[in-house]
Amino acid sequence: MTIIESIRIALVSLSANKLRSALTMLGIIIGVAAVIALMGVGRGAQQAIDRQINSMGTNLIFVSPGAVNQGGVRSSQGSAQTLTYDDAVALATSGLSAVAAVAPEVRTFGQAVYMGNNVNTQIVGVTPEYETVRNYRVQAGEFINAGNVTARSTVAVIGANIVTTLFNGEDPIGQTIRINNVGFKVIGVLEAKGGGGFGNQDDQILVPLTTVNARLQRGNFRGSNLVSQISVQATDAGQINLAIQQVSELLRERHKIRFEDDFTVRSQQDLLSTANQITGVLTLFLGGVAGISLLVGGIGIMNIMLVSVTERTREIGIRKAIGATRNNILAQFLTEATVLSICGGLIGIAAGAVIARIISSAPIGGTLVLNSVVGMDSILLATLFATAVGLFFGIYPAYRAASLNPIDALRYE
Amino acid sequence: MIELENVYKIYRMGDSEVHALDGVSLKIEAGEWVAIVGPSGSGKSTLMNVIGCLDQPTSGSYKLDGVEVARMSDRELARVRNRKIGFVFQTFNLLPRTTALANVELPLVYAGARDRRQRAIAALERVGLGDRLHHRPNELSGGQQQRVAIARALVTNPAIILADEPTGNLDSKSGAEIMELFHRLHTEQGLTIVMVTHDPDIAAQCERVVHIRDGKIIGDERNGDRRRVPGIAEHLATPAILVPEPVATGATL
Repeated sequence: MTIIESIRIALVSLSANKLRSALTMLGIIIGVAAVIALMGVGRGAQQAIDRQINSMGTNLIFVSPGAVNQGGVRSSQGSAQTLTYDDAVALATSGLSAVAAVAPEVRTFGQAVYMGNNVNTQIVGVTPEYETVRNYRVQAGEFINAGNVTARSTVAVIGANIVTTLFNGEDPIGQTIRINNVGFKVIGVLEAKGGGGFGNQDDQILVPLTTVNARLQRGNFRGSNLVSQISVQATDAGQINLAIQQVSELLRERHKIRFEDDFTVRSQQDLLSTANQITGVLTLFLGGVAGISLLVGGIGIMNIMLVSVTERTREIGIRKAIGATRNNILAQFLTEATVLSICGGLIGIAAGAVIARIISSAPIGGTLVLNSVVGMDSILLATLFATAVGLFFGIYPAYRAASLNPIDALRYE
Repeated sequence: MIELENVYKIYRMGDSEVHALDGVSLKIEAGEWVAIVGPSGSGKSTLMNVIGCLDQPTSGSYKLDGVEVARMSDRELARVRNRKIGFVFQTFNLLPRTTALANVELPLVYAGARDRRQRAIAALERVGLGDRLHHRPNELSGGQQQRVAIARALVTNPAIILADEPTGNLDSKSGAEIMELFHRLHTEQGLTIVMVTHDPDIAAQCERVVHIRDGKIIGDERNGDRRRVPGIAEHLATPAILVPEPVATGATL
């Protein structure tokens, strides 16, 4: 008996009980749809985060101050006040072969006020290099120039979201906003980058680095030339490791370090892989939850197949009496279970893709768009998994059917 | 062709043992038409199932065409049931919701035959149902259903037809038609037919009657040879042959 013959027999018996077959399939449909949709959302989240990290610039290395280690007590990362504007200047001017550009920054929080509106946001002190290194584009006006930095000018370039929150869409160029009671003239507006989560890049206000240290910082930081982070752009992707090495060596020399570095160097790749790890776990978790419903669907198949075997005991007896072998009967019931689960799987994939699309079209948190991705691999995985579920949960009922004694089966009423 | 020797079939029911077959020895030659007669519970159906390779004897030897059935694997048994034996049941046992044609095709499916459709149609035409190919069992009368069952038994060209009370569920007219059909098959094609019945009138139409009671054979008699003999076929084909000859059938019942 051929496979096609088995499938034909299976389809005939399944269509004899349409409602029951449909309900059984529903379990698998829901399971597979959930797997496809949730994995798609997980993938979408991963890509959104990747996009955000990549929008920070290309071939970047981030240098940040290390942890303070005082009498054996280690404070949190970045708490040390070791990285200075001079370090940044040195990195840019020492002729390191793998370093293309250096952009130091200093971050602080401040309240920006314009007319009746105010917003508490991140104030970033930057140099002109920041624009290219960190991949910002000026939408209107101009970026901070070298003159602004040397002169500690009170000028500001504002993020796209600030325009809406402070200016209600009014043209901000040339207006004066007050940050921590210091007046700043708005000279430029940044193009929106999109993205969301912590430290939204569109919520920032950029001012000259020197101005932050001279006028906005409080306490110890006031008047210092400390920086929060130095972004270093490597000449190309292949040079990133060399750049890390060169930057580290120069800083060790400048800081006269013999044992433990007082700074940390991370590449953009490190950030990406950390983020991917997190989203990978998230995707796996979502898939796992959905997988449970697929399992429940599989048990549904087993249940119905067992009922079906009992109900069709007589049919099995007849088939055996006219020459069906154990394997024929086994194949028939296995095929029925598998046809159920594969049909359910295919419908589930379609349903899952539709659900994923609906989730994509719903905006989540501001400008963040979650483009869920239903990949070929998750489709393949779901199909395989559905088939495996059908086979696995079909084997026992099919085995029961196959091992029925033809006499008992024929006598069964 | 069928050779049973000292066959026992013992069922265990709780503490007691039921001897459904209690030392049965029986020989049936090719081309015979045998009725197995006995009251209910006499073991005739068990004997039938053993002969049909649906059931295995507890002890004793059963040789089919010289091959010991007890030594056959599940696969071989299925093959024997498929190719050598055709079953006809009292309750027809057709697959419900399946057309007559598909029912008759089924043994050919398991046999892996190629020209299934034509052969199934031919078998249905042989039993006079060429115009009912696409009817489902619930659209057919009892007699017609039984004829579909006979077509299904015939379609693989088996040597033996085993019929278990084939007329038991039919009115007398359809019953007579079915018996006529068996006659034709037997005389025209020399099919070996083994028929279980408790109806003396039916038994009287067979060539040989084996009486069974309490799992033992208590009588084995011949009604005379009705097989087709070349030259007198016309005579044998007349309905007159269906009138039972005055023999002492049913006396033991």
